[in-house]
Amino acid sequence: MYKNFLKIITFLSILVSPFLFTSAYAKTKVGFVYLTTPGDHGWTYAHELGKQMVKKEFGNDVEISIVENVPEGPDATRVIRELAKQGNQIIFTTSFGYMEPTLKVAKEFPNVKFEHMTGYKRTKNVATGNIRFYEGRYVQGVVAGLMTKTNKIGYIGAYPISEVIMGINAFAQGLRSVNKKATISVIWANTWYDPVKEADAAKVHIAEGADILAQHTDSPAMLQIAEKNGALGFGQSTDMGAFAPKAQLFASVNNWGPYYIKKIKQLKDGKWNTGGGPDHWAGNTWGGLSTNMLTLSNFSNMPTDVAKKAQAAHDEIKSGKLKIFAGPLKTNDGKEIIGAGKTLDDGALWGMNYYLEGVTGKVPK
Amino acid sequence: MENLLITILLTSIPILLAGLGELVTEKSGVLNLGVEGMMLCGAVAALGSVLIFGNPYIGILFGAIAGILISTVFSFFTITLMTNQVATGLGLTIFATALTGLIGEPFVGKTAASLPKLEIIFLSDIPYIGKILFSNDILVYFAIFLIFFIHFGFQNTKIGIIIRAVGDNHDSAHSIGYSVKLVRWISTSFGGMCAGMGGAYIPLALTPHWSEGMTAGKGWIALALVVFSSWMPIRLLIGALIFGGITILQFVAQARGWDVPSQFLNMLPYLATILALALISLKLRHNNYAPACLGKHFLGNK
Repeated sequence: MYKNFLKIITFLSILVSPFLFTSAYAKTKVGFVYLTTPGDHGWTYAHELGKQMVKKEFGNDVEISIVENVPEGPDATRVIRELAKQGNQIIFTTSFGYMEPTLKVAKEFPNVKFEHMTGYKRTKNVATGNIRFYEGRYVQGVVAGLMTKTNKIGYIGAYPISEVIMGINAFAQGLRSVNKKATISVIWANTWYDPVKEADAAKVHIAEGADILAQHTDSPAMLQIAEKNGALGFGQSTDMGAFAPKAQLFASVNNWGPYYIKKIKQLKDGKWNTGGGPDHWAGNTWGGLSTNMLTLSNFSNMPTDVAKKAQAAHDEIKSGKLKIFAGPLKTNDGKEIIGAGKTLDDGALWGMNYYLEGVTGKVPK
Repeated sequence: MENLLITILLTSIPILLAGLGELVTEKSGVLNLGVEGMMLCGAVAALGSVLIFGNPYIGILFGAIAGILISTVFSFFTITLMTNQVATGLGLTIFATALTGLIGEPFVGKTAASLPKLEIIFLSDIPYIGKILFSNDILVYFAIFLIFFIHFGFQNTKIGIIIRAVGDNHDSAHSIGYSVKLVRWISTSFGGMCAGMGGAYIPLALTPHWSEGMTAGKGWIALALVVFSSWMPIRLLIGALIFGGITILQFVAQARGWDVPSQFLNMLPYLATILALALISLKLRHNNYAPACLGKHFLGNK
C-alpha cells in the first residue's frame, strides 16, 4: 500500500512538473514548422532569420521548437499536432501548403494559437501572416524594363494561385511603366522548391530569347543558370548575390522577425486576436515595404540611372504615393478590370485569376 | 533553336549514361532496380568532392567510385547471397535516397564549379551542328563514345560475347569454364559506375548545387529506356533524346503560351515511359531481345 502510494505521488509530480515550471518561469513556448532545412538562402532561411530575431528579442522568455523538412500534406498535420501536444502556445506554420493541416489541428486544440504563412483561411485561433511581395516585384519590373535588350522577360512561377499571379501582374505594371514593348512569358514549375526544374525552366526561357529572369520559386538555380549564360535576374526571399554575383540585379528580401515578435508580444499580453471582420483582416498581418517586412537588397549590375529609377519606385511605394494596381487596368485579352481613378483593394488582389497587359499566355485553369 | 537543342542534349545525358550502364548489367543477367539510388550516390559524392577539391573532374571520379561502391552492396546481396534482385534493387534505391539526404545535408545551398566546355577546333565552327555537337563538356563526349564502345564491345569482342553468354544461358557459360558470378559482379559494377557518373552530371553540369532527391525519377526513366531500346545502345541514345526532349518541351510549351495544362505536360515523360513499355512488350512476343537469364539466380558454386 505504502509502495503504491509512493508510485502515485511520483507519477503525479511528473505529470504536474511541466506546469510548475512554466508558471515559475513564464516562458512562452513557440513552435515553428519549416518546409525545408534552412540552409543559407531562400524562403525557409528568411524564416530562420526571423526566428533568430525572436530569440534575441525575448531571450529566455521563450522556448522555441522547430521541425524542419516537413512536406506539405498529411505529414504536416502530424507534425503540427505533435507541436501542439508538446504544449507550444503559438505555432508558426511557414508554408502555403500547411493551410489545411493547420486548420485541422487548430480545431483539435482551441487554446493554442496558430499563425499560418501565407494562406487566406482563418478561424478563431488561426491568424495569417503575409508579405506584400508584389511591391518588390513592381520594382523588379521597372528594372527589367530598363535593362532588357530583347524585350523578353522570363518568369518562373510556383503554382498558379492568386499570390503568385498578383506578383506577375505587379511585375507587369512596373515593366510597362517604363517599357511598353517588353512582354513577360511565364513557366509554371508546379513546385516551390526544385532546383532541377527551376534550372530547366530558366534554360528554356534563355533559349527562347529572354535576357531578364524573375522567379517566384525558392532556389537560386535560376540565377546560377542566368550567371552561366550571361542573363540577368532577381533573387528571391533572401539576397542571393553570392550565388550569382554577375547576374543578380537585386533581391526582394523577406523580413518576418517584426511580425513574429509582434504576435508573441500580443500573446504574452493576452491581446492575441484575429480581428473581428468577416475576413478578420484587422488582426492579420500583411506588411510590405512600408512596415519593413519586405526590403530590397543592394542594386547591382545595373547603370546608376536605372538604380536611381528603381530607388524612386521603391520610395514611392513605401510612402504610399505610388499605387501599383491603379486603374485603368486591362487584362491581357483586353477586358477592363477597373477604370481610371480607381484602385484595386486587397480583396480584389486575392481574387486575381487573370494576367494584366504585358504578360503573354493564359492563367492555367 | 540551337540553344534549345543543346539543352535537350544535356538533359538527356544523365539518363543516357545510367541507361548504358544498366544495359550492360542486364546483358549479364542481373536486373538492378537501384539505378535511381546509385545516381543519387554519384550526385552527392560528385558535389561533395568538388566542394572539397574544387575541381569538377575529380567530381566525375568520385561520382563513379560512389556508384561502384553502392552497386557492390547490391552484388554482394544478389549474386553472393542470392537474395531477390527486384526487392534488393528497390531496397537499394530507398536506402540510397535516405543516405544521400543525410550525407548531402551540409551541402544544401552550396554552389560547386561546373564542368568546363571543351570546344573541338574546326568542328565546333561548323554552322548549326558545330555548337550543338562539338562544344560540350567531357561527359557528353564520353557518353557518345560509350554508346559505340558498348555496341562494338558486344558485337566484336570476346569479353562482350562472354557477358552475353552469361546473361543468356548461365549454365552453358558455366559449363565451358566461365565464372558466372565474377562476370556478373564486374558488369554490375560497370553499371554502378555509369549510374554514378550520370548522377554526377546533374550537379556538375545541369544544376550546380545539391538538393535532396535531385535525380527526380531519372533513374527509373533510365531503367525503362533499357527495355525501350531492346538492349541496343544506339536505340538507347534515341530514347534518351526523346525523354530529354519531352522534359524540355513541357517548359517550352508554357513559355510560348501553348494552351496545354502544365500538369499534363509534367506527366508526359512518365506517360511516354509507360507507352514505350507497352509497345515493347507487344513486340517482345515475336522477337525476344531480353537476356534469357535476366533476373535469374545462378545456383552453381563458382
